[in-house]
Amino acid sequence: MNKTFFHVVKRDDMPLWKAWLIRGATIIIAILLVGIISTVVTGKGFGETYEKMFLGVFGRLFEGKTTMLWKYLQDIAILLSLALALTPAFKMKFWNCGAEGQALMGGLASIICMIELGDKLSYPLLIATIAVTSMLAGALWGVIPAIFKAVFNTNETLFTLMMNYIATQIIAYYVYIKGGGSNVINPVAAGNFPAVGNNKYFVNIVIVAAITVAMFIYLKYSKQGYEISVVGESHNTARYIGIDVKKVIIRTMIISGALCGITGMLLVAGTDHSININSVGGQGFTAILMSWLGQFNPFIMVIMTAIVVFLRLGVAKVADSAQLNSSFSEIMVGIVILMLVGCEFFIHYSIKFNKHKKEVAE
Amino acid sequence: MKKLLAILLMVVMVFSLAACGDNADSDKGESLKVGFIFLHDEQSTYDKNFIDAAKAACKEMNVEYVQKTQIPESQKCYDAAVELIESDGCDIIFADSFGHESFLIQAAKEYPDVQFCHATGTQAHTAGVKNFHNAFASIYEGRYLAGVAAGLKLNEMIDDGKITAEQAKMGYVGAFTFAEVMSGYTSFYLGAKSVCPSVTMDVKFTGSWYDEQKEKEAAQALISGGCVLISQHADSMGAPTACETAGVPNVSYNGSTVAACPNTFIVSSRIDWTPYFKYMIKCVQDGTEIAADWTGTIETGSVVLTDVNEKAAAEGTAEKIADVKAKLLDGSIKVFDTANFTVGGNAVTSYMADVDTDAEFAKDTEAIEDGIFYESKHRSAPYFDMEIDGITLLDRNYG
Repeated sequence: MNKTFFHVVKRDDMPLWKAWLIRGATIIIAILLVGIISTVVTGKGFGETYEKMFLGVFGRLFEGKTTMLWKYLQDIAILLSLALALTPAFKMKFWNCGAEGQALMGGLASIICMIELGDKLSYPLLIATIAVTSMLAGALWGVIPAIFKAVFNTNETLFTLMMNYIATQIIAYYVYIKGGGSNVINPVAAGNFPAVGNNKYFVNIVIVAAITVAMFIYLKYSKQGYEISVVGESHNTARYIGIDVKKVIIRTMIISGALCGITGMLLVAGTDHSININSVGGQGFTAILMSWLGQFNPFIMVIMTAIVVFLRLGVAKVADSAQLNSSFSEIMVGIVILMLVGCEFFIHYSIKFNKHKKEVAE
Repeated sequence: MKKLLAILLMVVMVFSLAACGDNADSDKGESLKVGFIFLHDEQSTYDKNFIDAAKAACKEMNVEYVQKTQIPESQKCYDAAVELIESDGCDIIFADSFGHESFLIQAAKEYPDVQFCHATGTQAHTAGVKNFHNAFASIYEGRYLAGVAAGLKLNEMIDDGKITAEQAKMGYVGAFTFAEVMSGYTSFYLGAKSVCPSVTMDVKFTGSWYDEQKEKEAAQALISGGCVLISQHADSMGAPTACETAGVPNVSYNGSTVAACPNTFIVSSRIDWTPYFKYMIKCVQDGTEIAADWTGTIETGSVVLTDVNEKAAAEGTAEKIADVKAKLLDGSIKVFDTANFTVGGNAVTSYMADVDTDAEFAKDTEAIEDGIFYESKHRSAPYFDMEIDGITLLDRNYG
């Protein structure tokens, strides 16, 4: 006899359009909820809350000023590129929680090239060196836990997490050496990505757009992409059909790490021209959620990151204008992500309430 | 299905209502707007001091302002400045932390029509960016006055037989071994020494402007090392609360900590940024140039002391402070008078200070004239970094 009040059943029967309707409604309700909470907390009008939110994301777009819009796209690009980097690993059920560290190492390789080789190499050669070394550095940081996983079956979640802390400390030490007592590496002029017109984010955005398409094709249509999904389903099945599981794990983590390294390069050579321990700023962890919420589909991830970045920037503006603590926007984004995760739960599972009056057979 | 549709329709309705509400109150005038960038938030005594001043100054000058808190010393500072200009239409941007400087200069170059002001920085007088300005205050004078209060407290302890004259050792919790901190603790020590000649001081560094636990531990270590009075140059409540727990008198910084430490708080020196904020707003309103490097003083109202806490301070402290303050104002006392200190047992007659910013930290400017080390004469931010006799650095931290 079942005495609990309800039980949870997995469901596979929900039609796609209905699932998307639920997701869409959740997003709208979430944005509405954030608006209501913000309005109550700030004591300003409901309309004003959304006006500020719009202002924080798009700036004065209607007056023809596009700087903030490009910044919004740039922020999406960075978060998205990390989510994309994690996706092949996740699809393989290899829990890479080390995007933060892998991106930092890529960034470190970039800044070292910019500082040490800036006046020694020609510009195209310098950019090429930056690209290659940051991919190598990220790949190295990703492949170490992969080798241990493949050979000794160590826990990759803990391993990749720990690698983050090591990377952070290496960056802290490098900043200490190069910062000259002020704890800040001043922006380096050499090896910066070129601005297109007046737009310094354009190159970053194009690179991430290209990676998005490439990742979609790689996962869906390539042989390696297929191998990844089989290894993700079952190591035994993979072995049975002749896939070298160790090789796939290591190869996939090299790709995942190298892509994180590219994000590091986008942040350092493409955006900040400097580095510090917060350069990635926890986005390596948010990216885990983005990859999941996007169901490992690069194009859905674009939508998810666009929503999360919108809220992060928008609510921050609401909080600023009401002189609230900046933690407020983090709390709001947390609520929204929780709602999105919750909505996935209800799409994949249904709750059946048990009738207590009647005896229910097991 | 119908239920879902109904919910969706409701949502759309609420949104359209909200959209209607937007247009009603959008006729704001073209008044001046100031954007403030703060490293931490009100939890930090350092930032609270700026936040309070921003509020007071903008209210008094009747201008709008927007603040952004928790902005680290990185590209985030540049992003914050751009957002304040692009989204909020700010005409003046102010940032409060040393490391914000190079990122603010970067923004200043891109927005020549906006004025950028920065506290504690060093580059404005050499950077050649016309709309970028530094400001600081002669806080060493305030520290000196606070040191006098500390010296009087030590004298009282000696007179009461609680300690001998040789045991008059103070402890100082500093953030980093930078000129800003060194100038501060040296002036504090010299103030104490001016009334209590036998005083010595131990200094510990935490390596962070804000780390409550480390500051607390540093204060506790100093107390167990025999320090009978503590002061600090770091921004959390760590050191003051450690003192309150241990019953050791504390000379605070950035503002009064009397509420949390009623039995041990003596007095606090701080920079009042209100005069500078009013000055920069006034300049922009009048269309005049803001000084590239502005130094606030006791006279401008920038260097202030809180009320003395009679419960913890020695008798006559307030009167003595007023007396010394008058002498600082008329110039009969100079804080860094080389007659009052030695380095390695020798009198100092010449010192090249690192005033102009460069990668090699070159010592470029003679700071001593007529036996006086002139702090804040060559630039507003401190450059006194001698290690004088009587002060022991227990550790060092360059970040």
